[in-house]
Amino acid sequence: MNRIAVKNNHLQQIQKKAFVVYITAGFPNIKTTEQLIPVLEKNGVDFIELGMPFSDPIADGPTIQKSSYTALQKGMNLEKFFKLVCSIRKKSNIPLIMMTYYNPIYNYGIKRFAKIAHQSGLDGVIVPDLPIEEASELNQCLKQFDIANIFLVSPVTPKKRIRKIAALSSGFIYYVSLTGVTGVRDKLPSDLVQNIKKIKSVTKKPVFVGFGVSKPKQIKNIDRAASGVIVGSAIIKSIATHYGTKNFLKKIGKFVASLSIVTK
Amino acid sequence: MSKQPDQKGYFGQFGGKFVPETLIAALNELETAYNHSKRDPKFKKQLQFYLKEFAGRPTPLYYAEQLSKHLGLKVYLKREDLLHSGAHKINNTLGQVLLALQMNKRRIIAETGAGQHGVATAVAAARFGLECEVYMGEEDMHRQALNVFRMKLLGAKVNCVTSGSKTLKDATNEAIRDWVSNVRTTHYILGSVVGPHPYPVMVRDFQAVIGKEARSQILQKEKRLPDYLMACVGGGSNAIGLFHEFFNDKKVKIFGIEAAGHGLSSGQHAASLSKGTVGILHGNKSYLLQDNDGQIKIAHSVSAGLDYPGVGPEHSYYKKIKRAEYVAITDQEALQGLKNLSRIEGIIPALESAHAIAYLYKAAKKIKKKSIVVVCLSGRGDKDMEMVSKLKVL
Repeated sequence: MNRIAVKNNHLQQIQKKAFVVYITAGFPNIKTTEQLIPVLEKNGVDFIELGMPFSDPIADGPTIQKSSYTALQKGMNLEKFFKLVCSIRKKSNIPLIMMTYYNPIYNYGIKRFAKIAHQSGLDGVIVPDLPIEEASELNQCLKQFDIANIFLVSPVTPKKRIRKIAALSSGFIYYVSLTGVTGVRDKLPSDLVQNIKKIKSVTKKPVFVGFGVSKPKQIKNIDRAASGVIVGSAIIKSIATHYGTKNFLKKIGKFVASLSIVTK
Repeated sequence: MSKQPDQKGYFGQFGGKFVPETLIAALNELETAYNHSKRDPKFKKQLQFYLKEFAGRPTPLYYAEQLSKHLGLKVYLKREDLLHSGAHKINNTLGQVLLALQMNKRRIIAETGAGQHGVATAVAAARFGLECEVYMGEEDMHRQALNVFRMKLLGAKVNCVTSGSKTLKDATNEAIRDWVSNVRTTHYILGSVVGPHPYPVMVRDFQAVIGKEARSQILQKEKRLPDYLMACVGGGSNAIGLFHEFFNDKKVKIFGIEAAGHGLSSGQHAASLSKGTVGILHGNKSYLLQDNDGQIKIAHSVSAGLDYPGVGPEHSYYKKIKRAEYVAITDQEALQGLKNLSRIEGIIPALESAHAIAYLYKAAKKIKKKSIVVVCLSGRGDKDMEMVSKLKVL
């Protein structure tokens, strides 16, 4: 069974909401990414979303654009990404989900991608510029290797389409909290909980909410309706701020813990 | 062979709709509105009115007598440079602004490279009282400063893009991000035959007026079809606009001219069809410049309008089925082309169009004398004068 499903079952049993953290692989460098994984795990993170950077990340705001750029400058690519996953897997069983754009996957070869992803120990893939209409090839290949293909639903996705997306999505459904790109927001849309309920009314699959989430209060509000929450840019900002300072890993751990505690 | 994309927006294997989920509803709405409007006599009449009375269509198919004598050919220039705002771009922006009005979207955004599309968008938005924001790379804002001023004068807000290559590619990224954020109120006027479906086919249809006019004009003047068509290709909207109407005229040979920048082997060029590989950028699958890891490379061309690492999917299709041949012209050759046309015909072309002129000179040595060649003069050179004056052309 896929690690994402195992974890979801477990969380359901203990009635806990999922806490997902996004970090860009290779930011500020590969070694640090590897060191961050156990820190995240120790501080209440249930799933890790690992960003495989792309040169033109159209769904990302300035924070992740910058971290992606740095990681690419340092030479991050799929080969190094999979190596990183392999070495994380030697020490940890935490579900690892890749977030990337379609071109690096297409360029690598879709079948080869799915096969190597499986061999490395990757559990899921999110591709924000690959809507369901274009996803059949990747979807089939991932299925063959028991890797979850997680699709996104937006605030403007009609109900009929939510049904189709939910049927195709595996692992969980990624609800984008707002119309916009990734990045910390002071306020999230007022229709958020209502929209999560709308998705829940058409599917039994877990719904995780991401984009814009950074504050305990927002997490609390989301968890009234969703099965989990995803925090990205806020973590990247914290990494960017504290990297190179004394007790860097501890500081990140503390920040993550301040958010994960809300999901307990 | 088909001239129309399939239901998912594919020309052969090229095209599609690779965008964030948030944009799918807007693209579907646009597709519905466009499919309705293109059959709506009222819409067609309205667009024709503005193309004629506001933009200045039809444009002449000018027999370039001096150039023809010099090259031993019969050269006709399709004078899109004479249009209001200085280039073919207005054919598309008028069409899309009318569509935006129908969809009740009062805010317009656009990306621009050379600034011609930005100006044409600002012109159309001003005419219809719509709010307009244009994204432009920092480097392009320097090399096309005059167009930045024109856009501002027309009431548009110009947003400086400082990410990545600071040119058209990154301006497009920012425009897409804006659209994702403001999708409920905003229409994105894409300026070329790129982007997700339905943009490539819709922009082509709006630009197809170039070829429709050219075809009937040449039949009137020469009583036969031309032997060659030539047009510059960045994203490729003026080119496909000219080529489309001639698609089934198999005897008409088609040349698309890309920017070879510092040379095709220099690694600094914008020749996605000549040197690129198939991939996905800005919503469609097409030839593009990318490295071995699938990261997009930075393009280079002296001409901001051609300085783009991708190309419209329909051009990739034309290449694949060998309906057109794609060649490339360097910065130096293009500058010479600009100078040549200015001196011999008294017409200063845009640097983009100068690539087509430069190729005409090259091709003249190889093709049969007295051949009839139609070259699309997609824009005028005024915007480039400040920069060209610094390049020691004289």
